[in-house]
Amino acid sequence: MPTVKIPPVLRAQTGGEAQLETPGSTVGDVLRALADAHPGTRPQLFADGGELNRYVNVYLNDEDVRVLDGLDTTVSDSDTVVILPAMAGGRDL
Amino acid sequence: MATAAEPIDEIKRRIDLITNTTARDEVQAGAKLIDVREPHEWDEAHLEGAVHVPQGELLDRLSEVAPDRSERIVLYCRTDNRSSRAADTLQNLGYESVSVMQGGIVAWQEDGLPIVAAQGLTPEQRMRYSRHTLLPEVGVDGQVKLLNSRVLLIGAGGLGAPSAFYLAAAGVGTIGIVDDDVVDESNLQRQVIHTTDRVGMPKTASAKASIEALNPDVEVIEHRTRLNAENILEIISEYDILVDGADNFPTRYLLNDASVRLRKPVVSASILAFDGQISTFVPYEGPCYRCLYPVPPPPEMAPSCGAAGVLGVMAGVMGLLQANEVIKLAAGIGEPLVGRLLLYDSLGTRFTELKVNRDPDCPICGEGAPEIPESEMGKFPDYEAFCAGEPVVRA
Repeated sequence: MPTVKIPPVLRAQTGGEAQLETPGSTVGDVLRALADAHPGTRPQLFADGGELNRYVNVYLNDEDVRVLDGLDTTVSDSDTVVILPAMAGGRDL
Repeated sequence: MATAAEPIDEIKRRIDLITNTTARDEVQAGAKLIDVREPHEWDEAHLEGAVHVPQGELLDRLSEVAPDRSERIVLYCRTDNRSSRAADTLQNLGYESVSVMQGGIVAWQEDGLPIVAAQGLTPEQRMRYSRHTLLPEVGVDGQVKLLNSRVLLIGAGGLGAPSAFYLAAAGVGTIGIVDDDVVDESNLQRQVIHTTDRVGMPKTASAKASIEALNPDVEVIEHRTRLNAENILEIISEYDILVDGADNFPTRYLLNDASVRLRKPVVSASILAFDGQISTFVPYEGPCYRCLYPVPPPPEMAPSCGAAGVLGVMAGVMGLLQANEVIKLAAGIGEPLVGRLLLYDSLGTRFTELKVNRDPDCPICGEGAPEIPESEMGKFPDYEAFCAGEPVVRA
């Protein structure tokens, strides 16, 4: 199964897991399977229409799926899907 | 065969000594000129067109500097003793056409011939930065570039504190710091440029005190303010390289838009808990921050370090990766993180590199993107609502 890397802000919704094996043959399948298994991630990954939220970047291995086929990008079992939201932490408030 | 004990006069009988004007003409005609003196002597002055190989390194570097044993070679040193010993060694190795410039660079200068003079480092600086100048990639030229560089740090916090400290040690000549906060006890777990007895002091002043104690070569410019659309262009226009360690998205978008406008590179990092991200945005050469993140996440997906915590060492790792990027940009060496995003997972000790592409439709750096009015810089969809959700917005 493809591996999904979970960013820190979503780990509360995955029981603290930073990496999950998740089934699927496309990036969209994998992310929907993740949302099914961990429903708390769904509103953070997907907008109401089922498309990815614009503030979530998704990579297949090291490449942005926006320059591949987006959610339709084909995934194999040896691939890693990286979910990456922007972070702003630096200097404290 | 010469030995170290053999008198130099004996050796010189076997050497072809030529006058400095002959040497000059030979070099102009294509002979290879090698300076065999020590690095500090080379730094003070040397002959134009010379290759520098200290006598002690000559044997190890022959295949690099003089692979062809039939090549015409002229050696020089301060007078002509070390170069004669070196020439003798080369002749014994089968080099066919080796000569020594009689009287060395001393006679050369006495005769009023031109030299490449000292390259801007004082004797104190040559000592202080010797571990840099020993690196061929940096050298005296690179150190002079660092001393002449002007770097602005956005924030003297978790990222800015270690970054500023090392950039100061490295001899970055001018360091500006934007921060309007004061040192708090909870900062000291990671903001190593501040000290316990400076709790309550403005962070810019505390950073300045630490930097001045570390390296008097550095001029620190305090910007005790928050960046906003009114002041940002004026502030960043004074600097060559910008270092983003801001803790909030409005400042990051604002800095991006202004830096693209003024074509200033930004070394951008962020940290949270045990994770860090870093990339270098060079306008129009690679993507900008908006190409990577077209819109910021909602506040519930973007907790601050104050709310979520951060491993202090993590801030140091990421701040120093930023400093490393700055040094490379300033000295013009290496391969900056342009078009690449590096993720660091400190719990697993894993680095992951992702590609970042320029977005042809980027509203700021995309093809044909119109220049936005200053009042629109840093804005993004739902900006007002986003900022309303943030209790405090600071640079």
